[in-house]
Amino acid sequence: MKRTLILTSALVAAGVAAQAEELAVMSWGGAYSKSQVEAYHKPFTEKTGVTVVDVVADNPATPIKAQVEAGNVTVDVADVEYADAMALCDEGLLEEIDPSILAAGADGTAAMDDFLPGAVTDCFVATIVFSTMYAYDDTVFTGEKPTTIADFFDLEKFPGKRGLRKTPKVNLEMALMADGVAPDEVYDMLETDEGLDRAFAKLDTIKDSVVWWEAGAQPPQLLADGEVAMTTAYNGRIFAAAVSEGKPFVSVFNGQVYEYDGYVIPLGAPNKDLAMEFLAFATQTQQLADQAKWISYGPARKSSGPLVGLFEDGKTEMGPYMPTAEQNLEVALPSNFEFWADRNVELSERFNAWLAN
Amino acid sequence: MADMTATSPGAAPQGLQTADGRPLKAALAASQARAKRRAFYLVAPLLAFVLLTFVLPIGQLLSRSVSDPRFIENVDRSSGEVTPIMVELRDWFKANPPGTEPDEAAYQALAQGLAQLAELRGQGDVGTRINYEAPGTRSLFTKTARRADDLEAPFKEAILDVDEDWADPVLWQAMRDASSRYTINFYLAALDMTRDVDGNIVNVPEDRQVYLLLFKRTAILSVLITVTTLVLGFPVAYLLATLPLRYSNLLMILVLLPFWTSLLVRTTSWMVLLQSQGVVNDLLVWAGIIGDDGRIQMIYNQMGTVIAMTHILLPFTVLPLYSVMRPIKPSYVRAARSLGATSWTAFRRVYLPQTVPGIGAGALLVFILAVGYYITPALVGGSSGQLISNLIAFHMQNSLNWSLAAALASLLLAGVLVLYWLYDRLVGIDNLKLG
Repeated sequence: MKRTLILTSALVAAGVAAQAEELAVMSWGGAYSKSQVEAYHKPFTEKTGVTVVDVVADNPATPIKAQVEAGNVTVDVADVEYADAMALCDEGLLEEIDPSILAAGADGTAAMDDFLPGAVTDCFVATIVFSTMYAYDDTVFTGEKPTTIADFFDLEKFPGKRGLRKTPKVNLEMALMADGVAPDEVYDMLETDEGLDRAFAKLDTIKDSVVWWEAGAQPPQLLADGEVAMTTAYNGRIFAAAVSEGKPFVSVFNGQVYEYDGYVIPLGAPNKDLAMEFLAFATQTQQLADQAKWISYGPARKSSGPLVGLFEDGKTEMGPYMPTAEQNLEVALPSNFEFWADRNVELSERFNAWLAN
Repeated sequence: MADMTATSPGAAPQGLQTADGRPLKAALAASQARAKRRAFYLVAPLLAFVLLTFVLPIGQLLSRSVSDPRFIENVDRSSGEVTPIMVELRDWFKANPPGTEPDEAAYQALAQGLAQLAELRGQGDVGTRINYEAPGTRSLFTKTARRADDLEAPFKEAILDVDEDWADPVLWQAMRDASSRYTINFYLAALDMTRDVDGNIVNVPEDRQVYLLLFKRTAILSVLITVTTLVLGFPVAYLLATLPLRYSNLLMILVLLPFWTSLLVRTTSWMVLLQSQGVVNDLLVWAGIIGDDGRIQMIYNQMGTVIAMTHILLPFTVLPLYSVMRPIKPSYVRAARSLGATSWTAFRRVYLPQTVPGIGAGALLVFILAVGYYITPALVGGSSGQLISNLIAFHMQNSLNWSLAAALASLLLAGVLVLYWLYDRLVGIDNLKLG
């Protein structure tokens, strides 16, 4: 009897210990989650013996908010967009992150100098730079090929349906850039009524030809089905379809809108200390560079750039596919999180009304 | 109770009595009460379940439509502690009528509130709350609260120095509105209305009006879908009801099979069929009916919504109709015909009236399901085929303005209840046969 008791206690203790050695990381699924599993989760497990559980959500910011508000947090680390991280942090839904836990760059640069400007905030550490750009099917346009954002809005020169994400964000910026506004003037212009009218007027010119998408996996599908001739998309998804699956898709970075994406720790995370350890591990120079081996998102550390090599197939050079590559930044706009934190409600209302009418 | 009536001299002495001398009426009442109690105990678990998992949470969510107290209290997320905030500013609003130019006292109260918010890390919540009513002001709160410790008298100047947008009368009206616990502003917003700087109710500018349009569209499309399912479902149900059982059971499987298939699968199948490079268009091009350039846009618009929802909701019309038609004896129609009625008259005067309970049930079910549908319109509706439920989902998931979502949902619920009441008055709810 006594022995059984000891045995059971030992088993229970082992069970508890095993549970404590598990870390739940929430991300976006698909090719993107895969890149994180390969570059962060597996090496972390190898180093510490902690099992990393990969949890998937459409947009992790939404369940995080719900979990913290309900006081039932099951996720330790979450991957969210910059603007969402700022909003969640302002609302006190995230743990603050001490920047001193971040490792220095592989070349010895201090962490805060190594990360791109603004990539580390009170509650957020960026891992990647992703971009919304547009892509077209090479077999559709046999003659002249689209090369600028203005071409995307030019139905006469390049006839065919267009895919756009069903949000005002990015679309308004792209519309203004297509209308000839310089990237650094876009947000000033969107602050004014005339600027907004101008952006919506530009969107009006293609409204009847637009197929709207919502999930990141849709645009490559729409292109593959021939449902649209061109579509805006997250650059990594087009890369995955074009390079891994051999689809004839061409990415156009002219007029791209790029943004940080990275890790946060929800307030009350069950394994907070382990989560901090994971976060510090994953955002090291080598790990960030490794992720770029699996998907074409730019690393958020300067020192990772030179380490980015070939795609996992061993022959594709990743450089030209990165949103941060020099030739891709000629006409490009960093997304302004403060503008969207302020204006998203108002502009979504106007956008919804514009859509419905 | 039984004892009392037994000894009471008022109890009719010459009335019927049970063997032990109690009045029969009282004994019967007592035993019936016992039976009722027992029945209640049997129902109690379900009642508790429904209350706990359905009425309470829905009621709680709907109550958000009139109340969003994030401007008057801060809830600490880890301890759940509630702290009143913006106390001084709310007092100032109470002391001064709407439209008063904010003075130094008002700005001082604001500065005190912001300093407290910075300590509680509550500026984001407050900014989000005010941003619903005065868009573009969220960052004012986060930015100014961050510098709240540096604010010194004169406060008006100091705050306007941080951002001159603080002088905006729209913002002050929004803070005034948010300082009462209960508000009808979310209902106003749900009806495309708002308050101007003096607190009067006005329509929102035309390029922002969307909800009334979508309510109207939801009603029209739902009626259209209800009518199409009836037109398509009636002959099917008739066929099922009149065929011999062994055939009709086989056919019934064809009706039920899609009913058991996942909603998403059925919706995506329609996408494969209807898209411009899809099966239907390919067939039409192949048959030479349309040219390759003239492919018909059948999806990502209202047509897509109507077609896919009609298909998905069809079983909800067929099943009640079938259960009503099955027991109708064919001899009634035959009798009518033998008495000289044409087949149309026999159908119209004899058969159709007997199916009314099924038609009513099917139509009501389909209509109520259709007004609340959102997955199908979201996937195949494009922009013109969106329904009001898509905007409710938008406010639940994207803008996180749950109060507005609750207001829209309450209006939708009220609309359905009014229709239900009308139906009861016109057709009679007793006439409903669900299966």
